[in-house]
Amino acid sequence: MEAARAFFKPISDALGRVPSIVWKLVLLGLAVLFPFVVNPLFGDLTGGDVLQHGVEALGYLMMALGLNIVVGFAGLLDLGYVAFFAIGSFVMGWLASDQFYGAHIHFGVADALAKFDPHGIHINFIVIVIVAAAFTMFWGAVLGFPTLRLRGDYLAIVTLAFGEIVPRFFENLPTLSNGQKGITPVDHVYLPGIDPTAFNYPLTLKPVYFVALVMVLVVLFVNVRLRDSRLGRAWIAVREDEVAAAAMGVNLVRTKLWAYGFGAAFGGFAGAFLATFRNTVNVANFDFGQSVFILCMVIIGGMGNVVGVIVGAIVLYTVNNTVLPHLNSISSSLHVAIDFPSISAGIFGFFMLAMMILRPAGFIPSRRRKIELTHGELVEDTPLFEVRQ
Amino acid sequence: MEAAAVPAAGSSRASAAIGWLRANILWLLLVAALAVLAAINLGRTAEATQTGISTGAIYALIALGYTLVYGIIELINFAHGDVFMLGSFVATSLFVSIAPSGKLGLGSIILTVLAGLLVASFATATLNVLIERVAYRPLRNAPKLAPLITAIGMSFILQNVGLLWHTGAVGVPDLINSQHVVFTIGTVSVANSDIFAVAVTIPVLLALSFFVSQTRYGKAMRATAQDADAARLMGINVDRTIALTFLTGGLMAGTAGVIYALYNTTVRFDSGFTNGLIAFTAAVMGGIGNLKGAVVGGLVIGIIQANSDAVIGEQWQSTVVFGILVLVMVFKPEGLLGEPGREG
Repeated sequence: MEAARAFFKPISDALGRVPSIVWKLVLLGLAVLFPFVVNPLFGDLTGGDVLQHGVEALGYLMMALGLNIVVGFAGLLDLGYVAFFAIGSFVMGWLASDQFYGAHIHFGVADALAKFDPHGIHINFIVIVIVAAAFTMFWGAVLGFPTLRLRGDYLAIVTLAFGEIVPRFFENLPTLSNGQKGITPVDHVYLPGIDPTAFNYPLTLKPVYFVALVMVLVVLFVNVRLRDSRLGRAWIAVREDEVAAAAMGVNLVRTKLWAYGFGAAFGGFAGAFLATFRNTVNVANFDFGQSVFILCMVIIGGMGNVVGVIVGAIVLYTVNNTVLPHLNSISSSLHVAIDFPSISAGIFGFFMLAMMILRPAGFIPSRRRKIELTHGELVEDTPLFEVRQ
Repeated sequence: MEAAAVPAAGSSRASAAIGWLRANILWLLLVAALAVLAAINLGRTAEATQTGISTGAIYALIALGYTLVYGIIELINFAHGDVFMLGSFVATSLFVSIAPSGKLGLGSIILTVLAGLLVASFATATLNVLIERVAYRPLRNAPKLAPLITAIGMSFILQNVGLLWHTGAVGVPDLINSQHVVFTIGTVSVANSDIFAVAVTIPVLLALSFFVSQTRYGKAMRATAQDADAARLMGINVDRTIALTFLTGGLMAGTAGVIYALYNTTVRFDSGFTNGLIAFTAAVMGGIGNLKGAVVGGLVIGIIQANSDAVIGEQWQSTVVFGILVLVMVFKPEGLLGEPGREG
C-alpha cells in the first residue's frame, strides 16, 4: 500500500498543478463532443446505440451529485436514496401520462398531443422537473426529520427502511403507480419552440442528450454554489464535529434538513428526467441495489468532491452497463457460464470493500475529507459517525 | 411527561406510574393491538400468532448474530443475513444429496437433520470469521462509516455467490414432513414444522446463554463489549474474542438456515436480505446488544408480521416491518429491553 502511494504521488502532484478551470473546460468539451464521437468509437462494443447509455449515465450523475450533498458534504449516510428517485419519477408519471385517465389537463405541451390524447394530465417537461424537485425536496425534509436525533449507523438503517417503504407503498397503491405494470407510456420531452419530433428517443438521442447535459450543468452549478455558501460550510462543519458546530451557532436541525432537502431535490429532478427518458415508471426499478449503486458512485469517486463524484458516476455507470455485458460475450466464448450483469451487485460490493480498505477517501478525495479520514486513525476520538455522545 | 417534569406535592406515585407507562409503552401498545385483533377475529389472530412464534424463532436466531456483533464492535453486520442464506443453501445441498425424495426412517431423519445442523453451522461460522478477518478487522480504528460500507459490500458479494450457486428458488426435501398436523387447539393447528422450529431453537438459546454468562470466553466477550481497551489491559485477547463472537453469530445463522430450509421447504438467494433486515429490526426492537432482547424482539416481530399478513395482506409486510423499525429507532432507540443511553 505504501508503495502504491509512493507511485501515485508524483502523478497526483503533477495533476494538482493544472489550474482547475482547464479541467472544467476539458470535461465540458468532452461532454459536448461525446454524442458525436461515441457511436463511431464504441458502437461495435455494445451493438446498440451507446448514446442511450450516455443519457442514462447523465441521469445517474445528477443523482450521485444530489447524494453527494447528503453523504459527502453533510456526512449523513443515506442508504435509501432510491426513495427520492422513485418520488421524482412518479411525479413525472402522474403529470405526463394517462395515469389519471379521468382528468383532462394539458399545459404547455405540443398541440398534437392535446388533440390526439385528450385524457390524463400532460404538463410541460420543464414545469414537471421543477415541480418534481420541489416535491421531493419537501419529502426529503419530511423523511429526514425523524432521523435528526440519530447518528451513524442508526441513521443509515432508518434511511434504508425509508428506501424500502416508499417503493412498496407506491406498489400497493395502483391508483398512484399502476401496480407492477408501471406507468407507461410517459410523455416525451417537449420544449416550446423546438419541433417535438426532435425528442423522438430512443430513435434520435442527441437532442435529449443535450437536455440532460443542461440539467447536469444546472445541478452542478447549484451543487458547487451550495458547497461554497454559508449553508455548505455549515454542512462541512456538522460533518466534522456536530457538537463543535452547534457550539459555533450552527443550527443543526435546519442545516441537516436543508441537506436532506437539497439531496432529495436532485434525486427527484433526475428521477423525473429518467422517467420520461425510459418512457416508463415502474416500481421494480426502485430497489436497494439502486441506492447502493448511486452510493458507490459517490464513495468510489471520493465523497464530498464534486469532480470525484462525476468521475465515479461515469466510470461506474460505464462498467455496469457496457463493460459487464461485454465481459459476458467473452466468458461465453470461453464457455464459462457466468452471467456478469446479473452479479453486478456482487462486483460492486467487491469494489466497495476494496475501496474502503485500500483507499477510504476515494480515488479523487476531497482535500478536507482526506485529512479527516487520515487523522481519524491518529486522534483517539473519531468525530465522524461516532454513535456514542 | 408534564407531570414528571413538574411534580406536584403528593404526586410521586402518579409520576412513578407515568414513568412505568413510558418505560413499557411499547409492550402496552403491542398487547392492546393483539387484544383488539383477537376481539375482531379470535381464530385468525391465534393462528397468526402461532405462525409468528415459529417464524419468530428463526428471526431470533438471526437477530442474535446481529446483536452479538453490534454489542461487541458496534457494527451492523449487513452480511449476516446473507451468511444465514448461505447456511440454508449448504443444508439444502446436504439434504438433497442424502435424501432427494425426503423419505427416510425416523432414525436416519434425526441423523440427517443433525448432520445438516453441524455442517451448515460449521460452514457459516467459518465464513463469518473469515468475513471479520477480511472486511472488518482492517478497519477496526477507521471512522464508523467505513466498516458499514464494507459490510454492505460483503452482503452483496455473498448474495451474488448465492445467485451463482442457485439462480432461482430451490426445493428442499421435506425431511420433517413439515405440513403434518400434530395437534389442534381450537382453530390453531400445530404442524411438525412449528414444533421443529421451536424444538431446535430453545436448546440452542440455552446453550448460548450458558456460553455467554458462565464460561471464561463468554466473560471475555462481555468484557470486550463493555470496554475493549480495558479488556485488553486485563489480558484479554480482543481480536480473538471478536473473532469468537463472529463464530458464535455464524453458528446461530447456520442453525437458523437449517430451520428455515426445512420450515419453508424452499430457499432463495435473496432470502438473506429480507430476513436479515427483519431480524435486524428484531434486534433493534429488543434493544441491540442485548441477547434476551434479540430473542424477545424476534418473537415480537414474528407475531406482528404474521398478524399484519393475516389482516392487511402480505404485500404490506415490508412496509409494516420497516415502519416499526423506524418508529422504534426514532422513539425508543434503546428497544424493549435495552438499557437507555446507548444512542441519542
